[in-house]
Amino acid sequence: MSIDWINFTPWASLGGGALIGLSVSVFVLANGRVAGISGLLGSVMRFGSEGWGEKALFLLGLVIAPLLWGLFSVLPQIEITAQWPALVMAGLLVGLGTRYGSGCTSGHGVCGISRLSPRSLVATVCFMTAGFATVYLIRHVLGV
Amino acid sequence: MTKLSAFLAGLIFGLGLLLAGMANPAKVLAFLDVAGAWDPSLALVMVGAIAVAVIPMNWARKHKQSLLAAPMQLPVSRELDVRLIGGSVVFGIGWGIAGICSGPAVAILFTGHWQILIFVVAMLAGMYVFSSLEGRRTS
Repeated sequence: MSIDWINFTPWASLGGGALIGLSVSVFVLANGRVAGISGLLGSVMRFGSEGWGEKALFLLGLVIAPLLWGLFSVLPQIEITAQWPALVMAGLLVGLGTRYGSGCTSGHGVCGISRLSPRSLVATVCFMTAGFATVYLIRHVLGV
Repeated sequence: MTKLSAFLAGLIFGLGLLLAGMANPAKVLAFLDVAGAWDPSLALVMVGAIAVAVIPMNWARKHKQSLLAAPMQLPVSRELDVRLIGGSVVFGIGWGIAGICSGPAVAILFTGHWQILIFVVAMLAGMYVFSSLEGRRTS
């Protein structure tokens, strides 16, 4: 293992993480809801379901964030390297997997672990391990 | 008020993703690539987020209502079943393929990267497949 010190951004990542923590705290303290993005998307797809307005507004805020950022500063680098067939496959798996597993990086990884949920801890270990293994397979075994 | 707090929470979430570098799929892949030139930054995103959220989340566990008198709706299931584990593994594989998960996908939807539109349409299709299969299972 070799650490890429040049691209390592400990303070920005810690600070960004703290903002994400603040966001999920506001949502649970004010709205009584868990800020899991896949769950919110799943609910918002069922038009008129319970809490539809609040959930849609959370997602709207999320969509607007880079536009607000862009008013004051240059957007950080966003680079998507995957080709379209990989994007289709990845999107399908993320959509299906997060709904069957009842959560993603935000719902399980942040909210769930913060409230010490054993289910979320197990889910986080599973998707992290699968993520590490997939990248290993693609980059170092298949060599794509 | 709950509408405003929801909007602000979403906005803060998005700004956090951008600052953290998590909105950049290439950086996510660099984090997942432990055998390559490993960028451990994103582990610190989780550390920062959990450090801030742990007290509010546990306050929420002990209360029936939010500060704005909304009912507290936390997940109640405690079962470690095949759906949880299988679903999370499938999600992790998808995450590893493109370096994109649900939050960043929504956050970078309108930043001028056409590839994200393909990903989001496929992700919503995956979610739709899930709800149709579920609807058939329960009815």
